[in-house]
Amino acid sequence: MPNKKDILLEVKNLSVEFGKRKKKFVAVNDVSFHIYKGETFGLVGESGSGKTTIGRAIMRLNESASGDIVFNGKKINGSIDKELDKEITKKIQMIFQDPMASLNERAKVDYIVSEGLYNIKNYKNEEERKEKVEKALLDVGLLPEFLSRFPHEFSGGQRQRIGIARALVMEPDLIIADEPISALDVSIRAQVLNLLSELQKRKNLTYLFIAHDLSVVRFITDRVAVIHKGKIVELAETERLYGNPLHPYTRSLLSAIPIPDPRKEKEKVLKIYDPSCHDYDNAPPKWVEIEPEHFVLGNEKEIEEYRITLMHNQ
Amino acid sequence: MASPKIKLSIRDLVIKFKLRGQVLTAIREASLDIYEGESLAIVGESGSGKSVFTKSFMGLLDGNGWIDSGSITYEGEDIARFKTEKEWLKIRGKKIAMVFQDPMTSLNPLKTVGKQVQEAVELHQGLKKEEAKRLTIEILDDVGIPDSESRYKQFPHEFSGGMRQRVVIAIAIACNPHLLICDEPTTALDVTIQAQILNLLKNLKEKYSLTTIYITHDLGVVANVADRIAVMYAGDIVEIGNSEEVFYNAQHPYTWALLSSLPQLGVKGEPLHSIKGTPPNLFYEVKGDAFAPRNPKALKIDFVEKPPYFEVSPTHKAKTWILDPRAPKVDPPASIKILRDQWGGRKNA
Repeated sequence: MPNKKDILLEVKNLSVEFGKRKKKFVAVNDVSFHIYKGETFGLVGESGSGKTTIGRAIMRLNESASGDIVFNGKKINGSIDKELDKEITKKIQMIFQDPMASLNERAKVDYIVSEGLYNIKNYKNEEERKEKVEKALLDVGLLPEFLSRFPHEFSGGQRQRIGIARALVMEPDLIIADEPISALDVSIRAQVLNLLSELQKRKNLTYLFIAHDLSVVRFITDRVAVIHKGKIVELAETERLYGNPLHPYTRSLLSAIPIPDPRKEKEKVLKIYDPSCHDYDNAPPKWVEIEPEHFVLGNEKEIEEYRITLMHNQ
Repeated sequence: MASPKIKLSIRDLVIKFKLRGQVLTAIREASLDIYEGESLAIVGESGSGKSVFTKSFMGLLDGNGWIDSGSITYEGEDIARFKTEKEWLKIRGKKIAMVFQDPMTSLNPLKTVGKQVQEAVELHQGLKKEEAKRLTIEILDDVGIPDSESRYKQFPHEFSGGMRQRVVIAIAIACNPHLLICDEPTTALDVTIQAQILNLLKNLKEKYSLTTIYITHDLGVVANVADRIAVMYAGDIVEIGNSEEVFYNAQHPYTWALLSSLPQLGVKGEPLHSIKGTPPNLFYEVKGDAFAPRNPKALKIDFVEKPPYFEVSPTHKAKTWILDPRAPKVDPPASIKILRDQWGGRKNA
């Protein structure tokens, strides 16, 4: 964790909707969080919870229906001027889930990695572009001679490295990693995770790490937000959240983590989250800071219960 | 083992493929006994041959692949000798059924879910329409599909990923098999759904008294469901033992590497253990221990001679020279030592 906490990205009351009128679907519902410079912020939830949509809204790929996204002190959602748009493109980059599907099969690595540079003309001359691309490849542990090859010549792990190089070449501040390792084998998963944390140290990167695999999230993130059906239900420092989960949904997610220990696994009780356990029609929930840096969604009665749980655990 | 009766016995199986004019040896003299009523997990990286190995039990090898030598004995019959589809149809589905990895692609999008399950019921259990439909709905109930009567009429696109996987399982169950092979049954699913599907498979195993084989690359997933674990590398089973033995007392360096690359066992802020290099190219003959080139602590003999099985306990054996009494002592990585301490600690407790 960095000592001085500068906020790099702030999301305030963000909502994202798809469709109109009767068909309207609220994918992200009034979500707020912030990411400090240099940290890894995790966003966990099941498929369809809206975690990817949040990432895409930050990338300006999905329009926001309401709320603000503030990056480095500037609002970046809604209509913005061209200069800022260009800067955002440079400063926020994304790594995608499936390295088999996210690389252009017909382009050489050279083009794949430089495409972002071409788009915003972020280089003075051809030489500088080459230099940048080669450096990005070296950064992710690939050799510059790979530039003239096609994606199908690489293994899954190498492809994901190309995907990371493509993001790095833009010299971003924030990288949104959307399930970057879900499609990979266990041993390659470890390589990519190590690479991500090494790059973070070296280049002072900030990550928004989107995943459904809680064991990976625990390993790599500093703070985590748990999202369910478009709403963040709990947010805290990673160890605190894993040690003291309060919201029933967080508890059910944590209970589902596979433990590589047959005896513990056999004693494990799976908790199933039933949204009807909340009485939100009569008492709507609020977003409450229940202890320093630990937020949870709940109505007054629930918050009271959570407080008692916390007291018992301390 | 609760029941020592052998259901399926594989001896020195060699499977080869012809690819671009070259011959690839995907399975290299693998032997394995599967006991009746047990649940066995086969664990390995992609390309280790775990899928090919199990597909050969059902005669589902691709057209360019063949069983070169060895035997697969099922109820006294060597099914490795089967040539025609007709012979295989006696086994496939009826005796051995399979749940495939990706529920998004393994269902027919043009047929209702009910029809797809019923098809299997009619074909394998020889029931007539009304009767078959009743049983189909019963099976849909069994795999935890709520509202099965109305769900029967729906199409796969109306189902979520977890629900589709349940349908795929229903089809396999509908064949009324003795042996169920689950090929990465939860890899494409979310954590919560994954836990539910594993629970479901466990319950079905009891209800239908199945013998189950899980294929996976993630050791973390199988701790819950497996009685025994076989670790596969480069077409051979390098370590096999019951689940506690493999987790707490792993012997093969490859098993160590697989275990210590699990993020659950990693220490935050420190790099996770990762296996360097790539699996061997199976177009060429593998000399010695196939894992040696990727093993930083490999012994000299690992590069020269293929290790035999060394017995650790009557149920646990591993193919590594480390276990030879003449071998120098090789220390396992730190995370394995922690696991061993737990084993020892709890064994005494």
